[in-house]
Amino acid sequence: MAKVQAIDYDVDKYLEEQGYDDHFHEHEHGDKYKVSFISKYIFSTDHKIIAKQYLITGMVWAFIGAFFSLIFRLQLGYPDMDLSWLRPILGGWININSEGVGSLSPDFYYAMVTIHGTVLVFFVLTAGLSGTFSNFLIPLQIGARDMASPFLNMLSYWFFFLASVVMLLSLFLESGPFAGGWVAYPPLSALPQAMMGSGMGMNLWLISLVFFVVSVLLGGLNYITTVINLRTKGMSFWRLPLTVWSFFITAIIGLLSFPVLVGGFILLLLDRLLGTSFYLSDIFIAGEALHHVGGSPILYQHLFWFLGHPEVYIIILPAMGIVSEVMSTHARRPIFGYKAMVYSIIAIGFLSFLVWAHHMFVSGMDPFLANFFILFTLIIAVPSAVKVFNWITTLYKGNIHLTVPMLFAIGFVSFFISGGLTGLYLGNAPIDIQMHDTYFVVAHFHIVMGVAAFFGMFAGVYHWFPKMFGRYMNQTLGKIHFWLTIVAAYMVFWPMHYLGVAGVPRRYYTFDSFVNFSQFDTLNQIITIFALVGFTAQLLFAFNFFYSIFYGKKVSDRNPYRANTLEWSAPTNPGHGNWPGKLPVVHRWPYDFHKNGSDYRPQYVPLDPDERDVH
Amino acid sequence: MVRQDIKYRDDFRGAQFHPHVFLMWLGLVSIAMLFAGLISAYIVRQSAGNWLEFPLPGIFIYSTLTIVVSSATLAWAYRSYLRGWQRSYRQGLFLTFLLGVAFLVMQYLGWTALYQRGIGISGNPAGSFLYVLTGLHALHLIGGLFALAVIVYQAWWGHVQMSQRQVIRLKIISYYWHFLMILWIILYGFLYFTR
Repeated sequence: MAKVQAIDYDVDKYLEEQGYDDHFHEHEHGDKYKVSFISKYIFSTDHKIIAKQYLITGMVWAFIGAFFSLIFRLQLGYPDMDLSWLRPILGGWININSEGVGSLSPDFYYAMVTIHGTVLVFFVLTAGLSGTFSNFLIPLQIGARDMASPFLNMLSYWFFFLASVVMLLSLFLESGPFAGGWVAYPPLSALPQAMMGSGMGMNLWLISLVFFVVSVLLGGLNYITTVINLRTKGMSFWRLPLTVWSFFITAIIGLLSFPVLVGGFILLLLDRLLGTSFYLSDIFIAGEALHHVGGSPILYQHLFWFLGHPEVYIIILPAMGIVSEVMSTHARRPIFGYKAMVYSIIAIGFLSFLVWAHHMFVSGMDPFLANFFILFTLIIAVPSAVKVFNWITTLYKGNIHLTVPMLFAIGFVSFFISGGLTGLYLGNAPIDIQMHDTYFVVAHFHIVMGVAAFFGMFAGVYHWFPKMFGRYMNQTLGKIHFWLTIVAAYMVFWPMHYLGVAGVPRRYYTFDSFVNFSQFDTLNQIITIFALVGFTAQLLFAFNFFYSIFYGKKVSDRNPYRANTLEWSAPTNPGHGNWPGKLPVVHRWPYDFHKNGSDYRPQYVPLDPDERDVH
Repeated sequence: MVRQDIKYRDDFRGAQFHPHVFLMWLGLVSIAMLFAGLISAYIVRQSAGNWLEFPLPGIFIYSTLTIVVSSATLAWAYRSYLRGWQRSYRQGLFLTFLLGVAFLVMQYLGWTALYQRGIGISGNPAGSFLYVLTGLHALHLIGGLFALAVIVYQAWWGHVQMSQRQVIRLKIISYYWHFLMILWIILYGFLYFTR
């Protein structure tokens, strides 16, 4: 490898000489934000604070969701275990029989599965992931003072908070939260009398999610507008970091798909409250016919999955963007195939709208129509494979620093490959009909969009923690966190494939009545044990996170990773407005590592006379 | 000849592009997706059969005319503002507001007429869909009326100046209002031809 020169760029000199003066600090609103504690940390309009609010709320929900998964894993692995010790926390959710042995009530088993899914998909991996990093990185990486509308941005977080509060309230209802699965298919979700959680629990669930969609839309509008309108001088679209590209496309996907979900929810609400028959037809309860005639529950499935499938890309695309950025920086290599990466993100975003019915192969759809959806589903493998190839080739011959963010980024690629491959199986209707609603499906989506997205999120948190809080997280704890998590995650979800192939159905409270599934008892116990291990590792992460906010090693260098993107040209704690003086002006793409003999060249460094910005 | 009697403020730069206007466009895209989703649901449900056919209330024709005229008066008010014609600016805004209220009243009359013919919200889905589509449109229009009310209040009882902020505000409300007009024509045409 050619010898490289390690230079430190004098950021302030570049900004002063090359920067763009937008007269920001001359306006009266330059200082408007430096006010009381409440407007600085609580009702803040600063995108950096809002990002932290998203992150910490997301973490709280992640722990609630993960705690639920532990309880139902205990039920699945050790159905005979005495759970009476959980009564102080879960109260009436634990039934105690005459011998004093406590067991999880089946109704609440379903409630926990449902809330685990809802919370993880929407609150953690949508709001916690894209909410956090879109907010934090978009203005900083494109060289903007803040979002296009800081006020709407603040509203976006507070709608999410409202959604959180309503969802949390539903956990404390006597009849429990909604229990009909996170997809909320009617009739379980449409008839208040269908099951325990279908009454008040479902009302709160719907209200919470409508607030949540408002939050996503307000956020998304802002992200798109900011990327299009507020890029600094020289920051053309082909010079945007891949993180910003992925947040941008994610926001567009959300903007187009979430309103359709709201449409579906409105019809569902009307079915529940006004007695319409959009989704209900010919239902008999205790021999008594309900008045609903002519509805179709399949209609709900179409409306739900029109959001539902793009939603998985809303979850995974930000993680992909973060991983690209982290890998390139920590391997000191330009990202391989930058434009191919961008085109892949766009292609995935586009195709995500054409595949929703692959979730509905068993709904009795026309097999001819199914072919269309199979085809487009399998085509998504092409841009996904392009991205995986580019990540691996970015690492190839790179100067790989195995820092914690880098480890998580590599872990992401590993999970994305293993989970993506099973997606090829499930995308085919003939296999999907066999595998439908088995643990194979559970294993597939947990690996590809659950664990993988979490790894992307961890990579992002570890990587940008110094930028967020001005301190480092502990690297040793981080590495322990990584190894425990990757081993535990594979040991939890890998065996589930075998369960699924053997036909073990998901969402079952117990397998007592299926003799041939008893061979999996040990496997189920192993899964439960590793779920516990994985959860413990996350406690370690939470400790590291909160401890480091207050007592971590202080960041002394403005650009600790020698990265090229603009957020590192701002002071570590710049306050509202991001740059104390002029805005940086961009001269090159963000991945100029090892170019012309220098280790890295930040985007604000002008081109040499004989240098060209080609990539 | 109308006299130009609104004073310019320093930051006045005419009808320039602004991020907040773009935000509104994107908002309109998401509203369009909401209705697109519901219209698709309508088509899917209708093709499944057991679908009641009924004529639309006659008053919908008049409400359509009303909303088209209200859009025109708003455009007139906007142009007047840019040229500094205070009187026609005020009148245009006020007329738009009145026509918006009139539209809502007509929609309400239309719904009651339907209801008296026995087409309630909880009967055949054909009726339910009509109420949902027109009702959601009316809800969005009520939101627009609130925004209009603020601007009308400013125009009549506040101090009217040529300011960049006000141009952006007017642009945002105009795009929203014209969008609702076009949306209504699409909905009406759709409901009329796809019964």
